This record gives sequence, structure tokens and C-alpha cells, in this order.
Amino acid sequence: MLRFDLRLELREFPFLAQGEVPNGVTVVEGPSGAGKTTLLRLIAGLIRPEEGRVTLNERALTDTAAGTFIPPDQRNVAILFQEYALFPHFDVAGNVGYGLRARNIPRAELDARVLRALQRFDIATLAHARVTELSGGQRQRVALARALVVEPAALLLDEPLAALDPATRDHVRGELAAVLRQVGVPTLFVSHDPADRELFPGPAFRVERGTLTQLL
Amino acid sequence: MTLSAALLIAFIVIPLAGLFFHLAPADVAAALRTTAAQEALRLSIVTTFSALALTLLFGTPLAYVLARASFPGRYLVDAVVDLPIVVPPAVAGLALLLAFGRNGTFGPLLGALGIQLSFSTVAVIMAQTFVASPFYVRAARAGFAGVDRTLEAASASLGMGPLRTFALITVPLAAPALIGGAVLSWARALGEFGATIMFAGNLAGVSQTLPLAVYLNLESGNLPVAVVLSVILIIFSLIVVVTVHATAQRRPR
Repeated sequence: MLRFDLRLELREFPFLAQGEVPNGVTVVEGPSGAGKTTLLRLIAGLIRPEEGRVTLNERALTDTAAGTFIPPDQRNVAILFQEYALFPHFDVAGNVGYGLRARNIPRAELDARVLRALQRFDIATLAHARVTELSGGQRQRVALARALVVEPAALLLDEPLAALDPATRDHVRGELAAVLRQVGVPTLFVSHDPADRELFPGPAFRVERGTLTQLL
Repeated sequence: MTLSAALLIAFIVIPLAGLFFHLAPADVAAALRTTAAQEALRLSIVTTFSALALTLLFGTPLAYVLARASFPGRYLVDAVVDLPIVVPPAVAGLALLLAFGRNGTFGPLLGALGIQLSFSTVAVIMAQTFVASPFYVRAARAGFAGVDRTLEAASASLGMGPLRTFALITVPLAAPALIGGAVLSWARALGEFGATIMFAGNLAGVSQTLPLAVYLNLESGNLPVAVVLSVILIIFSLIVVVTVHATAQRRPR
């Protein structure tokens, strides 16, 4: 369970969000610029709230009252960025293994886990390809493999389909949904596309002008 | 248009290329055998690489802060960093002398510690660092600013700490700018004359770097040695220009 109760003054409006994310996918919908990405960045620890708490499985990640702020690299919260943020100077395997390298996993185990992840996402033949040469759909799979190979305690997806062209998007949406249904950790799926909401009929939030409400 | 452009190019190329015509093969061998030339060459290599090391050590964190952090007075710090580029080198040398010389502001303090900086090899390195470091800091600042911050955020969210993120993501992606800036800064230090002669003097083996040796040999009527040392400096300059252009072109998207 991921819980948050956050307040942050943004330039145009205050950001106010309180909610609980159970295991499985929770969609966060709302127009662009409403504060959806801000929510993800606050949970990941990439920005600090003025006031509030984030707890993940009862562990306090942020708690302004207690002065707690776990830096992003120690949260074990993975993010799939909108443009995927693949490292252009590493090949596909280097990208996928990056989080394991951060955890100082021994070389042999790292290689084995990277290979399993590449096979799972059907990109093993691309292991040594430059990420700049991949198609949009392939990039998305590399980003997803990179985020999941570390077995994160929570997963945050920021418009994971927005960077794709419409034809690829419909195909990848089904693929992504199948993968995310197997991920047993709290997962926030940010999207402004109603089609994404239809795939995940579970809990959902709506963010509008910085204010988050629970949809039933 | 074409004619005026050609005139400027000719104005730059003809005198520099002309130096090579003043070069007699016998002079080269003779000049390179003189201890003054050998010491100037050795001293230039030692001091410029020391200045480069200091510039990288202190300039890299500064450039990163200037590229990333926003704090009050940032523009002032930016301006201060660029200042040595426009301050005349002789003025920089005088300022260093009045700050760190025996009778300077910090002179008594340094003297009490048994340190005399002015007219030493350390003074040469200080003068070169003062004059040349902005070229690196400027380039590095632009290089770091060009690195997508989302990549650093992605690295952090994957569990990589700030120092390793800097080493594995930020530096490699800014590398063309860092290398270009370092090479340019080194070249500026190699050519340093004004600040060095004011603050460090012109003592063979201590502060007489290649440009100072060129000046001394010309003054003392030893033109062939001055020409040989000048040609060495031109060759270094050509290598620098080619390197800077090559790294600038390989800049990743």
C-alpha cells in the first residue's frame, strides 16, 4: 500500500493530494498541466512537498512533520518517464541493467537477470543495439524492462503511451496492460487518454488544477 | 565580400606560416639543444598541466552548480567566473602580485608560514589558472546545462546515488564540452605571458615558460631560438584547434 497526503504551492495553484494506492494499477487522469506529473515526482522524491507524508508499505519516505526525506535513489520507487529517459550512451542491455548496477549486483547475476528481462519483453535480439536506433514501441519496452528488473516496491508511469504514434499506441497499450496486471506492487498510471482508463477498471484518481479526487 | 574575407584569412595565415620560413633545420637542432629551450619546454608542460588539473578539480563542481542550481547572486558569480577573460593579463598579474606577493595582502601571512609565492613556479601555475580556468568553466557550464535533467532523475529513481549519477550519466553526456573546454583552457595557459611575467618574473628554470623564452630570446638578439620556440607553440595551437573542432562536431544529440 502506498499512501500520500501532500501539499505544495505551484506557480498557478496549490497542489493538494491525499490518497491510497493498493497493489495493482490505479489510473491518474486529468488534463495536462493539472499536476499529475507533480504527484509522481513527489512520490518518487524528485521534489519535496512543503508539507505532507508519503508512506510505502508502512515505511515513511517523506514526512515533513518528522523531518524525514528519503532521497530518490533509496526509495526503490521506479518511474517510467513520458519520453522514457533512456540513457543514450548505453546500449539496451546497459540501460536495462542500470538499476542492478546501482544495487551492486554481482556481474554474473546481473547479466542473467538482464537477459531474463530482455527475453520477457521480447527484446533480447536488441541487447547490444543503441537506444537511439530503436522504434517508439521498442523504447517503451526497454524503459519498462529497466524499471521492473529491479523489482521496485512501487511503479510510477507518466503517460507511458503519449510518446507513441496512434497505430503503435493501440498495440502497445494491450501489451502494457498485460504486463502491468502481473506487477503486484502499487502502480500509478498517469494518463489523459480515456482509453487507458477502460483497460484498468480498478481505483482511479482525477487531478484538476492541482486538486486530486478519488473516482469510484 | 569574398575579397575582404580573403584578406582577413591571409592576414592571419601569412605571418604564422611565415614563421616556418624563418626556420632553418640547423637552427632547430641547435635551439633544442640549449638548456634554456629545454627548460622552457619542460616548465611549460609541468605548469600548464598543473594549472589544468587545478582547473578541472575546482572548475568542474563550480560549473555544475552554475548549470543546475538557482541561488541569489548566481548572475554575479557567473560574471566573476568570466572576468579573467576580459581583464588584461598584465592587470591580472599585478593583482596577483599585490594579493600574494611578498609585500601583498597575504604576504605577511604566507611569509610567517615560510611560503613565498611570487617569482616561483607555483606563481606561474597560479597565473595560468587565473587566466585560463574561465575557458573551461564556461564550456563545462554549457555542457552540463545541455544534459537532460530527466536522465539524472531516471538514474536516481533506479537507485544510483548523486555522485555515481554524476560520473555515469552527467559527465559522459557532457564529455565533448568538457574536453573542448579543457583543451582550450590548456592552450590559453600555454600561451600565458602577461600575468606570468608580472607575478612570476622571467627566471630560467623557475618561471620562464615557452612564451617568456620567446620574448627573452628576441630581446637578447637570439632570433633563431625565438622562432623555433614559436613554431613549437604554433604546432601545439594547431593541435588544439583541430581537437576542439573535432569534439564539437561529435557532440551527441
